[in-house]
Amino acid sequence: MIEWFTWLQVAVAVVAGLLCVTLGFLGKKPSDLTLGSLALVEVLLVVQLVIAIVAPFTGNTAVGSVLEFYTYLVSAILLPVAAAFWALVDRSKWSTVILGVVGLAIAVMVYRMQQIWTTLPL
Amino acid sequence: MTSHRERLEETAPSTASPATAAPRRSISGIGRVLVVVYGILALGATGRSFVQIAERFDEAPLAYSLSALAAVVYIVATLALVRSGSGWYRIAWATISFELLGVLTIGTLSILEPQLFPEATVWSYFGAGYLFIPLVLPPLGMWWLARHRPTRDLTGTTA
Repeated sequence: MIEWFTWLQVAVAVVAGLLCVTLGFLGKKPSDLTLGSLALVEVLLVVQLVIAIVAPFTGNTAVGSVLEFYTYLVSAILLPVAAAFWALVDRSKWSTVILGVVGLAIAVMVYRMQQIWTTLPL
Repeated sequence: MTSHRERLEETAPSTASPATAAPRRSISGIGRVLVVVYGILALGATGRSFVQIAERFDEAPLAYSLSALAAVVYIVATLALVRSGSGWYRIAWATISFELLGVLTIGTLSILEPQLFPEATVWSYFGAGYLFIPLVLPPLGMWWLARHRPTRDLTGTTA
């Protein structure tokens, strides 16, 4: 993992999460803005996947469990797709809240991935 | 990825009737958020349990089996919240009660007898590793179930 990219990713996911939760509770239905913010989170996750595949070849290897890292990463990549699908099927304000909840969950998962990559398992 | 999303958006019924108008959904409003949080927790618990069992089951078979059981219960609870009918309603009560019992028991044990749980599970330290969501979610789920009984007289005493 590249540390600055990871923190950027966490920041984007938190902002997107808070944005969607706030707009959702204000009664907004899923919009280009809220779906787009989660699409950005998804794009960054795919970039993270590419980085994770390439990094070991440049000497940047994971300290912790690689299997655990990829379990988090694959789960995280699936979440925005599921949430966006939900938002397109059910166009209510709660879908916007759900987009936000997923964004915040991804922020936590990426943070955890950073921990797994950089620290020895307990 | 982006093009796929755009395609989804184009085919979506953007002018469809408001979803809140659908009358026979078993779960609606903020309950859907509850379902999603349950789903994420189920995913997290399943993922962790999969890694523990695949990598080092021999180290702590009891704790890891418990992890897997917890993961299955979260999946069943998520399904039970989505499904309608009094059967699923009872299953929802049973699984959510089991979760509450689990997080309270394992949470207490992990503090009093930490050597029993050398590695973290979903329920260790009352779910602190999962932002205490495992502790908060069962009461929220029970509150939801109590307010949304399928029939007024049949159930509700199973808790």
